[in-house]
Amino acid sequence: MTDLTRLTIAEAREKLSAGEIKAVELTDAYLSAIEAANPAINAYVAVTPEKAREMAKASDDRIAAGRAGSLEGIPLGIKDLFATEGVHTQAASHILDGFKPRYESTVTQNLWNDGAVMLGKLNMDEFAMGSSNETSYYGAVKNPWRAKGSNADLVPGGSSGGSAAAVAAFLCAGATATDTGGSIRQPAAFTGTVGIKPTYGRCSRWGVVAFASSLDQAGPIARDVRDAAILLKSMASVDAKDTTSVDLPVPDYEASLGQSLKGMRIGIPREYRVDGMPEEIEALWQQGIAWLKDAGADVIDISLPHTKYALPAYYIVAPAEASSNLARYDGVRYGLRVDGKDIIDMYEKTRAAGFGTEVKRRIMIGTYVLSAGYYDAYYLQAQKVRTLIKRDFELAFNAGVDAILTPATPSSAFGIADEDLASDPVKMYLNDIFTVTVNMAGLPGLSVPAGLDHKGLPLGLQLIGKPFEEETLFKTAHVIEKAAGRFSPTKWW
Amino acid sequence: MSVDIATVKRVARLARIAVSEEEANRMTGELNGILGFVEQLSEVNVEGVEPMTSVTPMEMRKREDVVNDGNKADDIVANAPASDRNFFQVPKVVE
Repeated sequence: MTDLTRLTIAEAREKLSAGEIKAVELTDAYLSAIEAANPAINAYVAVTPEKAREMAKASDDRIAAGRAGSLEGIPLGIKDLFATEGVHTQAASHILDGFKPRYESTVTQNLWNDGAVMLGKLNMDEFAMGSSNETSYYGAVKNPWRAKGSNADLVPGGSSGGSAAAVAAFLCAGATATDTGGSIRQPAAFTGTVGIKPTYGRCSRWGVVAFASSLDQAGPIARDVRDAAILLKSMASVDAKDTTSVDLPVPDYEASLGQSLKGMRIGIPREYRVDGMPEEIEALWQQGIAWLKDAGADVIDISLPHTKYALPAYYIVAPAEASSNLARYDGVRYGLRVDGKDIIDMYEKTRAAGFGTEVKRRIMIGTYVLSAGYYDAYYLQAQKVRTLIKRDFELAFNAGVDAILTPATPSSAFGIADEDLASDPVKMYLNDIFTVTVNMAGLPGLSVPAGLDHKGLPLGLQLIGKPFEEETLFKTAHVIEKAAGRFSPTKWW
Repeated sequence: MSVDIATVKRVARLARIAVSEEEANRMTGELNGILGFVEQLSEVNVEGVEPMTSVTPMEMRKREDVVNDGNKADDIVANAPASDRNFFQVPKVVE
C-alpha cells in the first residue's frame, strides 16, 4: 500500500470522496508518522490522537452520508498560537503553562466546519518572536532538510517553524501558521514548502494569540500551491469578532491555478539586491524571471526606495505593539504565577520566569520606545516611514505592475545554535529583510520553492500582490512551481 | 540615542519584569544594538507624511449594541492560577 501521508490535500480529497480510502486510515497514518518522527523533529508540542480519530470518524460518517465539506477528513497541524478549545494553547511560552482555552479561534473553527481533522499543536518561536524556532519554551524544531553529506541539524526558520517542518516531513497534510514579519514565508522557503501571508484583514485574528496586532495575519503552509489555495479558502472569512477582518467574498483560489500570465506585468525591485547576498540567490531570482517571461509575463524593473527602512521601522512598531499586547500576562487570569511579597512583586517575578530572553528583549524595546519623551522620535517616526513604505508599493501598482517577484530569504536554512546569529539579535532580524515590507504595507505575500542551493537546501521566491489579489499570487506561483518542480527532504529521522 | 543600565532597570520596572544586575547589564548592550540599528530612520524625510493608522482604508465596523454573549463566569476563571467562587484571587492590595 502506498504511504497515505505522501498524498497532497487535493489527492487525498479525491481518494476520500471516491471511497478509496477512509478518513480514519489517513489520520492513523499521520498519527503513526508523528509518533515515529516527533522525538527527532520536535514539530509538535501536543498531539491529540483521540480528538483526531473522533473527528476522522465523524468525517467518514459525513462522507458516507454525502455531506462532505471541502476539507473533509484532511488531517492538519495547528500552530500553537491558535486557540483550540480544551487543547494546549501556549504560544510555545512558559507563561501560558497549562492554558486550555474555553473557546475556538475563528480560523480553526472555519477549518473544522469544512471537515478538517486536528492532529495536534505545532511548535513555534515563543509568541511568534523569532526567525529560527529556537526561542520556543519547548526547544528548537529541526529542519527535515540537511545539507548534502552532512548530519548537522538546521533550523526550519520561524516563527512558524513547527508548521513548516511538519508539512515538509509529512507529519500533517497542511498546517496553519501566522506571519507578522515573515513567519510564514521564511520557514516555507527554508523547508521547500509553500506559504502565503494573505492581505491584512483576509483572515480573522480572533482567537489568535496577539503579537503585533497591526501586522499579524494567519495563513497556510502546504506542500504545493494548490493545497495552499484550498486551505486559504477555508481559513479566510469576515468575522464580527474581529473588526479588522474584511467583508469581501472569498474567491475560489484553486480556480485561478492554470490561468495564463500573458500580458501580466511583474515588477523586479532593484532595492532587493542587497550587499552580501549569495550569488545563488541572485541566480534563482533570474531563473524565476525567465520562467515568468516564458509564461508570457512582461518583466519590468521597479524601485521601492524605502525598502531599507522597513526592518528598522518594524523593530519599533512590532515591539511597541507587543509590549502592550503582552501586558495581559500577569499571573492573574491564566497561565503561570510565581508568588511574591506583594502584587507588583508577583507580576515581576511571574513575567521574569515566564517569558524567554527574546520576548523580554522585545517587551523592553517596546516599553522604551513608547515611554514618555521617546514616543515621537521612535514610534511616530516609524509609523510615518510605514506610510512611505506602503506608498512605494502603491506607486508601483498604480504604474501597472500586477505582482512583484523577489527572493524570499537572503540565504538557505542555517544551523541550530549558530553562534554568529545568537550573539547579535540584529543579525537574526535581517532574515526578514525581504518579507517584512509586505507586513508593513498589509499586502499579500507568497513564498514558493524554486530550487536547491549548492548544499542541496531549498530556496524560495516571494511574490507580492495588490491588496486582496491573492488569486494573482496563486496563479503566478503555480507557473513557478510547474517549472521548478517540487522538493522533498531525504528522510533521516 | 542609547540607554544606560539605570534606564534599562527603569524600563524593566515599567514592563513589570524582574531583572538581575547581570541581566540588566546584558540587556543594556543588546538594546543599544537594536536602538543603533533603528537610528537610521531619523535620516528619512517625513515632512508632511501622515503616520499610518491602518494598512487598508476601512471604516471600523461597529457591533450591534445588544447582549450576545455572557453568563460564562466559570469559563472565564477556569484557567486562573487561583480563584474562589468565580473571583480571581490576587495577593492583598489594600490594608
